[in-house]
Amino acid sequence: MLPRLVLRLQPSALALYGAPVIALIFTLAFGYVLFASIGRDPLAALHAYFIAPVNSTFGLSELLLTALPLALIGLGLAVGFRANIWNIGAEGQLLLGAIGGGSVALALWGEGVPGTFILVCLTGAITGMAWAAIPAFLRIRFNANEILTSLMLIYVADQLLGYLVHGPLKNPQGFGFPESRLFSAEAQMPLLWDGTRLHVGWLLLPVAAVGIWLFLSHTLAGFRMRVGGDAEPAAAYAGFSRPGMIWLSFLLTGGLAGLVGAMEVAGPVGQLLPTISPGYGFAAIIVAFLGRLTPLGVVLAAHLLALILIGGENVQMLGVPSSVAQLFQGVLLVALLASDVLVRFRVVWSTPARRAA
Amino acid sequence: MEESLWVAILIAAMRTATPLILAALGELIVEKAGCVNLGVEGMMLVGAVTGFAVGLTTGNFALAFVVAAVAGAVLSMVYAALVLIFQVNQYAAGLSLTILGGGVSAFWGQPWQGQNMTGLQPTVIPGLSDLPVIGTVFSRTDIVTWAALAACVAVALVLTRTRAGLILRAVGENHDSAHALGYSVRGVRTLAIAFGGAMAGMGGAYLSCVMTPLWIEGMTAGRGWIAVALVVFATWKPARVVLGAWLFGAVSVMQIHGQAMGLAVSSHILAMLPYLVTILVLVLISRDATRIRLAAPGSLGKPFKPA
Amino acid sequence: MMNRRTLLSSSTAALGLGLTATVIPANLRAQEKLKIGFVYSSLIGDAGWTFMHDEGRLMLEAEFGDAIETAYVESIDGGADAERVVRQFASQGFGLIFGTSFNHMNPMARVAEQFPDVKFEHATGYTQLPNMAIYHVRDYEARYLLGMVAGSMGNSLGVVASYPIPEVVRGINAMTAGARSVNPNFTTKVVWISTWFDPGLERTTADALIDQGVDVLAHFTDSPAVVQAAEDRGKYVVALGAMDQYGPKSHLTAMVYNWGPYYVERTRAVLDGTWASSNTWEGISRDMLTISPLNAAVPADAGAAVTAKQEEMRTGAFHPFAGPVLTNTGEEKVAAGAVADDGMLLSMDFYVEGVEGALPS
Repeated sequence: MLPRLVLRLQPSALALYGAPVIALIFTLAFGYVLFASIGRDPLAALHAYFIAPVNSTFGLSELLLTALPLALIGLGLAVGFRANIWNIGAEGQLLLGAIGGGSVALALWGEGVPGTFILVCLTGAITGMAWAAIPAFLRIRFNANEILTSLMLIYVADQLLGYLVHGPLKNPQGFGFPESRLFSAEAQMPLLWDGTRLHVGWLLLPVAAVGIWLFLSHTLAGFRMRVGGDAEPAAAYAGFSRPGMIWLSFLLTGGLAGLVGAMEVAGPVGQLLPTISPGYGFAAIIVAFLGRLTPLGVVLAAHLLALILIGGENVQMLGVPSSVAQLFQGVLLVALLASDVLVRFRVVWSTPARRAA
Repeated sequence: MEESLWVAILIAAMRTATPLILAALGELIVEKAGCVNLGVEGMMLVGAVTGFAVGLTTGNFALAFVVAAVAGAVLSMVYAALVLIFQVNQYAAGLSLTILGGGVSAFWGQPWQGQNMTGLQPTVIPGLSDLPVIGTVFSRTDIVTWAALAACVAVALVLTRTRAGLILRAVGENHDSAHALGYSVRGVRTLAIAFGGAMAGMGGAYLSCVMTPLWIEGMTAGRGWIAVALVVFATWKPARVVLGAWLFGAVSVMQIHGQAMGLAVSSHILAMLPYLVTILVLVLISRDATRIRLAAPGSLGKPFKPA
Repeated sequence: MMNRRTLLSSSTAALGLGLTATVIPANLRAQEKLKIGFVYSSLIGDAGWTFMHDEGRLMLEAEFGDAIETAYVESIDGGADAERVVRQFASQGFGLIFGTSFNHMNPMARVAEQFPDVKFEHATGYTQLPNMAIYHVRDYEARYLLGMVAGSMGNSLGVVASYPIPEVVRGINAMTAGARSVNPNFTTKVVWISTWFDPGLERTTADALIDQGVDVLAHFTDSPAVVQAAEDRGKYVVALGAMDQYGPKSHLTAMVYNWGPYYVERTRAVLDGTWASSNTWEGISRDMLTISPLNAAVPADAGAAVTAKQEEMRTGAFHPFAGPVLTNTGEEKVAAGAVADDGMLLSMDFYVEGVEGALPS
């Protein structure tokens, strides 16, 4: 008797909700032992991880604020990943959005133009798209692998941001420190919720999620993206060109990542700094897959990931080293990804059928 | 520049390239078998910390590299399980491995942080070291640098000249056909992934035992990602991995020398150079679409679901 | 970015939410302990900047024992995380919070305005508030002494530099001036590597500088890789943070940030109820800065000269940027008889005589 996986025709609803719970229970048990083994109160640590972040209004607002970049980028990535287009460089596209949006904010600094923040967001989305267009163009025109080009462009974007905040965009009154001015009020994202940092950009999340859901499930192009991933010849037969799909997925993700970058600098950060993102562009790749490349799933996964990122900080305040926090997060991610198998497959215990030979 | 400086640049480029070559050769085999493992950075870190621990406690660097290889391979089994058993997407699995490896290495590494050891020294070959240029190169490079080149030759030979290589490529090219032919797709991929982990582990150990004999959390500083990029850059050809790593190393080292000689260009712009050159060269070699398609494993990145 | 162990890990860098002290069990809250939070920009294990701040934190624990409680969060750099972590500390009843990186300045200022009863201390910045003090050390004083040691042991210095910010430029200039005070023909080569931490790159850069013929190395980066390079290649190094165990022969001395006494002083002020916002920029005179014991290879008379100069700095009799200060293109920045004012020091953007090349713009 051996366990064998059989593809489910319909994802099981029980497994859909049960699988993450199993993963969570496994990780909680692991965490209990881990935290106890380094001499910390395991219950306090687990509380700090999973409860403390969400048991106050401010905490909740921060969860939403942290999940926003992950969800927006994850939504874009999910579309491309369905079509087997591997944009690994959303982090770079985010940085370019921060640079583009930030440049507008600084160019209009002190001008008092109402609604500057809208221009900041739009510019960010466009510069993010432009950065994403490079790997798309190189893929289509020169057949250059998009994984490599989009990845390399992250490093270039990082250095470009560094160059700008050390040079042309440096705060003239900032004693030479590598940072821009603080953006003026009209360039900053208006707050959605007083006393928190949650800004109006959050309203774009439901719009983007529903929009992408509609696109994937109700449009021909969306259908082709889905088919394109599962069966490229079929997509070609349906008359949708591969270059079209590549352009669409890169520009979509680049636009969303750029928007995120602009909203980070015009929102919680409030200026350009050499470091803008703690790796949202990478984490969003995991978010996309944890969410099974579906809009609702991505949104949920983004909030789950935001929770454990926040929890990772909280436990440090209890004296848990960051290395332990990172180890715990790694195990949780692996368990969550692994548990997904239960959703898509049934486990059948059987003697392996001999192939007719 | 005088000749000795060129030799110095060559040596530095080779040393910079060695951990990249080791890790990239491993990843090349993994990808030839049809899997992309983005977790190289995590496996290098685990290799770095175990290699350092063994090197420090035993002083035996051969053992250090072996243990680092085993540690990298063990961690890679997490990826193998996720991808081959749990049917997780390869990119997500690899990224998780990077995070897990970072955590595991930092956790294990606490006792070794801040310790010093004498690293593996260059191997002095009597007679050879007295030769001009070549002698200088030999007297300032270590055995691992040359072993990495030997590994490249070995990988190339195994891939093209042996039955094992043929099976590996068959599995990577079309796993359904390979399965139908009776090859164990999972078995082959498990071995390939373990090899990839072992090579990444040794790449990490090169950093912690040879290049900078110390252990600090996160000391690989992104080299695992460069290794992944090199495989694509090399269009899955072992010799090109070496050329790519040398090119990358040479550009990095030459901009440092340029600055030391008074080149006053923003260091940010200079730091972009290796990445821009990599993209440029990739574009140039990718233009011949057919050749790329022939080199790229057909099943790369696709999940294998045995019927 | 991802090369500084970002990915999720420093995204562990996410934050601290929770308005009330939800993380800390209630029984701890009842006690009247002063809780002190530290926000670090990198990992303690870096062995450099953050490591030395943490030494200061440990000194606090040793000094005050059970009267206080400390906590820290590592790897919080720019981005949205910093404000969240600072606020998390403030909202959990921490009474004194130290931000140790320049990037923590604006986030900390925003939180400080919302928590008037909490005392904030920010290192290296320039924004001071009624409940937010700023502190930094005159690192160039120690750098000048490092330069004197280098100048007495060789004719050229190779600097593994991070980013061309005034603090680093000032340090390079001070070392060069110090070296030339004992060795007038001394020259300095600088290589900027655009990172604070990448042991492999630090090592490669150190090797390149040695290949270019420098006698002594110096570094502004965090890891001990430069010290190891000097030891391996038979050169000398003046280090950042005491790293002599990595280079018994090569490690001449090191600049050591001594944050402990300041942290103790400020903590005592909070406990006594005498804390007031202040702007502290002191160095050797207030023991916030020191150099590690000189290597036995340094001649006794050179060592004596260094000690004498250190005493002159302590009493204020000597300033490392006393005029005439000339740039390496011959322009006079400080006239003879004058000293560089703090404004010039804080925004230094030129190389002094003896540094080769031009500062990249």
